[in-house]
Amino acid sequence: MIPLSAYVAVSAILFATGLIGVLVRRNFIIVLMSVEIMLNAANINLVAFSHYLESMAGQIVALFVIAIAAGEAAVGLAIIIVVFRGKLSTNVDEMNLLKW
Amino acid sequence: MTLLFFVYFSLVSIAAGVLTVALRNPVHCGLALLTMLLHVAGLFVLLNAEFLFAVQVIVYAGAILVLYLFVLMLLNLKTDERYLHARYAVILFAAAAICGEMLILVLRSPYAGMKGDAPAEAILQDGDSYAVGIKMFSDYLLPFEIVGVFLLGAIIGAIVLAKTPTAADVEHEP
Repeated sequence: MIPLSAYVAVSAILFATGLIGVLVRRNFIIVLMSVEIMLNAANINLVAFSHYLESMAGQIVALFVIAIAAGEAAVGLAIIIVVFRGKLSTNVDEMNLLKW
Repeated sequence: MTLLFFVYFSLVSIAAGVLTVALRNPVHCGLALLTMLLHVAGLFVLLNAEFLFAVQVIVYAGAILVLYLFVLMLLNLKTDERYLHARYAVILFAAAAICGEMLILVLRSPYAGMKGDAPAEAILQDGDSYAVGIKMFSDYLLPFEIVGVFLLGAIIGAIVLAKTPTAADVEHEP
């Protein structure tokens, strides 16, 4: 029997990977992919606790997280296309139009 | 046997996650992300969540990742010399601090709690999809409807944002 803490450890490592990716990478598309990694880590946690604490609520919330991730990907990629059309680049450190 | 599968799925998903963050070519990152998503789906099977496994493969690997790859091909990005953020050293320090805090929190958590009303035997009796469906359309009906409205808003927002501006739109701009 695998202990719950093993799943929590896997999810923590994946979350840390995604967090570092969001903060460090320069390409906006990779930043969005790292956000997907973080959402997946959260999903592992939710499903693991749902299994070990014998409640369905975690799996339902994980489904909602997947729906939110789909919406986030669609809107984020649309924003990337708009920015790319104006600047011909998707680097996050060159996006400073909203800065004063 | 379960332990073997758990070790395989978790190790490969962690390795693929690291590759997603570390690889230079965005298309390779997308393929590493696909590997990670499929192995996380494998972890869901080990946790008796077959419905989430199917949703993960269909929605994440099937729809979201294809969207990413389409945008990558549409933009035709060059791989840059420098692929890290301009001030990445400062940011990496902050990220290490946050990861340390998270490690402390994970190590100190007791992981105990009140048991719910859905033990593994009850779920396995009628299948996971049945259990999820019953719960989703009784206790979580309102959140379900709200997610529907949210997805509609996301679709409209994405279409409006990504629409090619026509000559008539440009004239209206001040």
